[in-house]
Parts: sequence; C-alpha cells; structure tokens
Amino acid sequence: MNCIIIDDEATSRTIIGELCSNYNNLNVVEVFSNAIEAIKYLNQNETDLIFLDIHMPDFNGFDFIRTLKNPPIIILTTADADFAINAFEYDCIVDYIVKPIKPKRFSKSIQKVEAKFNEEISRATSKKNNPSVNDDFYVNINKRLIKIDIQSIYLVEAKGDYIYLKTDNKNYTVHSTLKKIEEKLPDHMFLKIHRSYIININRIIDIEDNSVLIEKDIVPVSRSNRPELMKRLNLL
Amino acid sequence: MEDQPNLNYINSLSEGDKSFEMKLLAIIKKEFKQEKNTYYNNTKNNNFKLCAENVHKIKHKISILGLEKSYEIAEQYENNLREGNYELQNKFSDILNKVTNYLNKL
Repeated sequence: MNCIIIDDEATSRTIIGELCSNYNNLNVVEVFSNAIEAIKYLNQNETDLIFLDIHMPDFNGFDFIRTLKNPPIIILTTADADFAINAFEYDCIVDYIVKPIKPKRFSKSIQKVEAKFNEEISRATSKKNNPSVNDDFYVNINKRLIKIDIQSIYLVEAKGDYIYLKTDNKNYTVHSTLKKIEEKLPDHMFLKIHRSYIININRIIDIEDNSVLIEKDIVPVSRSNRPELMKRLNLL
Repeated sequence: MEDQPNLNYINSLSEGDKSFEMKLLAIIKKEFKQEKNTYYNNTKNNNFKLCAENVHKIKHKISILGLEKSYEIAEQYENNLREGNYELQNKFSDILNKVTNYLNKL
C-alpha cells in the first residue's frame, strides 16, 4: 500500500515513518508538513492510505478530508482524544491513534487498514463479476433512454452499425457496437462465441457441433471461441 | 513523586537502532527549542490562542520523554490558555526547564 504522512511536527513524521518501515506492505511515498501541499499532491497522484494529523495550523485534518472527492483510507493521528467522536462521521477513517504512537497500537491500526483495504478490493472485484439483480444500463433508442436489466439479456447480435439485443421482455435495436456492449456485461455471465454474437451462457439449452440453442435462437459458434465456451460449461 | 524524563518510548520504537535514536533525538531537540522559543514570544504578546497551539505541540514531546504527570499539567494548561488564562504557567515553565536540561545532557 502506498501511503503519505501529513503532520506539521517533524518529530511525528519521523516516528510514523519509522513505524511504517517495519511493514513490508507499507510504502511511504511522500511526507507533508501541511495539508495544502498534500492536496496539491493528491490532485496529481493517488494513494492508498493517509496518516493524518488533526491539529494543524490554518487547515486542520477534518478540513483536509472535506476537500477530497474520493478519500483513501485514513488513520488520524493526534495528541488529543477529544476529536475521536468527529471521526465517526467519515467512512474513510479507519482508526484514531493518540500520540505518542506505540508500536503495538500502530500494529492494530495497520491490521484494520489491511482488512478495509482487502474488503474494498474484494467489493470492486465482486461488483465486476457479480452484478446485483438491479444492475442495468441505459440504451438510447429514438431519443429515449431505456433501461435494460442485464440479467434479462440472453443474446446480443451485431448487425452492421447496430446491435440487436434480445431480452426476456422485449428486443431492442441499438446504434452501438458489440465491443461497447461487451464492456458493460459481466464476464462470468456473458461470452462472445462468434464475431457477431454474445450470449448469456446461463441461458444455453443445448450445443450441437458449431451452434448453440439459446432460448429459441440457434447461434453459430466460431472455431476459435469454442474451447472457451466448452471450458465455461459445467460438464458432467 | 516528580516524574523524570526517560527514553523508554524512543527505545521501544528503535528496537536498538542507534542511528534512528540519534536522528529522532536530534529532531526533537531542534523542534523543542523552536517551539519553546515561539511559546515564550507568544506569552510576551499575550497571545493565548497561539500559546495554546505551542503547548499542544510541546506536550507531544513531553509524552515522548515519558513525563506522564507533566503531560497532564501541560494538557490542563493548554485548556486554560484556550479559555484565556495563564493558570499553571509557572508549572509549565518548570516542565520546559526540566525537558531542556534533560535534552542538553543527551
């Protein structure tokens, strides 16, 4: 995890840097003595974790957090326990450590960060691979934006500059490309089996030679895509 | 009994790394001296708010040096300053002297 330290006390920055050096997965990329410099840095760069002092002149730690659109994981470091209650207002704050920071207390804090970090990675992966029942996208048809429930799609066919979307409820002709729609569809559910066809593999009824029966449509399977299709089937 | 400064916390951080201990102590000495001077200047100008900010920074060093009772006094003094009074000022000056003497001997 890349991290930055923001603290107006050199002593604190040195101590936190030393504590971080005991962890192979923590990489202190930058240290800042004021929040303004850190904001400038974060406008150009990303970080996974911030060690943030609350009590700084001019621009305190909470002011700083409010400037961030997508705050990373934050550990507050402070000489006061008084501000702890404010920390609960921010989801990005995983811990609140009172100075002087003891190695054991720091270790607990890093465990919390790791748990949160892994949880976020897992959530992002899960969202890509397992869309919820409500996951959908909108298509533009005759100047109307129509919501398409992803799980209702069983076949997508490319037809020149258009794609033909077949769903449980209705079929749609949309001005788009197979490549564009492929990006919107979850990998675990959909597979391109031919240069002109994407199918919902959960809807396959049977496969015969180089074609697939999906609902009432017979769809060709290209020779190059057949191995991947066979791999994805739950064969007995 | 009056508490005495010590290096227990710094030792627990360094785990025997003498170069880190030296580096950290050099930073503490330099920063403490600056903060102390700024604090005394602000007391001359009766700037309670800035004095409180200075005490806030200094009290971290007090706790690093294991001065638990002194830390409590510093904390109370910081609160007093925020309320606009100098109660505990003399006691805080004694603490500053104690820390200064200790750091000078290191």
